[in-house]
Amino acid sequence: MANNTRDLKRRIRSVKNTAQLTGAMKMVSAAKLRRAQEQMMSSRPYAAALERVIGDVARRVSPELHPLLSGRELNTVDLVLIAGDKGLCGAFNANVIKAAEVARREHDAAGRRVEMTLIGKKAGEYYRRRPEILVREFFADAFREIDYTFAADLAGTLTDRFLAGETDGVFLVYNRFRTTISQIVTVTPIIPLQSLAGQANEEKDAVEYLYEPAAAELMRGLVPRFVSFQLYQAMLESVAAEHGARMAAMDNATRSAEDMISSLTLKMNRARQAAITTELIEVVSGAEAL
Amino acid sequence: MLPEKIHLEIVTPQRRVIDKDVDEVILPGAEGSFGVRPGHAALLAGLAPGVAVSRSAGQEEVMAISSGYVEVQPDRVVVLAETCEKSEEIDVDRARRRLQEIEGEVSKTAEADPDLMRFRMMKHLARLQASGHSR
Repeated sequence: MANNTRDLKRRIRSVKNTAQLTGAMKMVSAAKLRRAQEQMMSSRPYAAALERVIGDVARRVSPELHPLLSGRELNTVDLVLIAGDKGLCGAFNANVIKAAEVARREHDAAGRRVEMTLIGKKAGEYYRRRPEILVREFFADAFREIDYTFAADLAGTLTDRFLAGETDGVFLVYNRFRTTISQIVTVTPIIPLQSLAGQANEEKDAVEYLYEPAAAELMRGLVPRFVSFQLYQAMLESVAAEHGARMAAMDNATRSAEDMISSLTLKMNRARQAAITTELIEVVSGAEAL
Repeated sequence: MLPEKIHLEIVTPQRRVIDKDVDEVILPGAEGSFGVRPGHAALLAGLAPGVAVSRSAGQEEVMAISSGYVEVQPDRVVVLAETCEKSEEIDVDRARRRLQEIEGEVSKTAEADPDLMRFRMMKHLARLQASGHSR
């Protein structure tokens, strides 16, 4: 009996340590989340305004004005997958990888060649175990300091691939931040921008714009900026979502650890009480025997 | 009847600088400054480094814009600026210092791209101008 209480005590101590660890990780994630969320929220208005403006223009100009405005039949597609560099964040990585796999298999089934671009170590680890899947590029540690130049460079590469005919469309798969505890896995096409130009004919009666300088030149500046910024915004969203997911996961872990501690404590107290009772009975019956 | 106010929204990748109704706004277009009032024709324009002014109810706000784009519709103006600083936020000493540095570079290196140099100088000149300081 005494042995049992000692074992329980040891287990309680170890669970307490775990709770302390997960509690600390939760606090760290909360602090990081606040920063990431601020950064994400502050660039959202720009992203939204840019999308609105470019949509307004794309509806009015002819798709020939910029090569990224017109789509073609999809024979080769690029999937850009944004996951995290670290684990311990619930289903955050698993969900986004699963969504990317669903998209990849769909394209595969339709007979399209798929090339993957991976951002985040967890995505890299998953596809390293699957060498049959074509990974074009892999980036690790892109989230430590989220940098617009990184997004612009990658967007430039993808755009060049589209212009050179190496890919017919680029899709982005990432976790979109909704609330601290909920992320939405989003699959969205970023190249070409035909979804924006798609409604061209519906608004035929829209007022024609004045352009200063000429429309083609303006689009040359706006379109690449839009592609880069979408990528950039997706990375910001993903990071905020990751910290949120980790915070929630660690909160759950801390809570389960606390539950476990109280149930183990109860068990230990019972065992100790049982031991005392047995000892008392032994003493009493020993005395009676005299 | 033309609407009396026009909605002005100025956003940069870092923040939303202005989001309100104004009487008039003057912007540094790539091909010259222009003013926008309610009922303006739809327009898409590039912006050059320069000073932007918004007026509403006799109040004037002066800002320095580095570059960007503007979309004008009869009832709203959306400015997508790379950077936009209100006059009271501008660090005048820093702008002066940067300007001197660029001038130093220009005089030292012969092969510097004159357009790029002009662009960089204009950015800081606009900041000085917007903050109400001359050189």
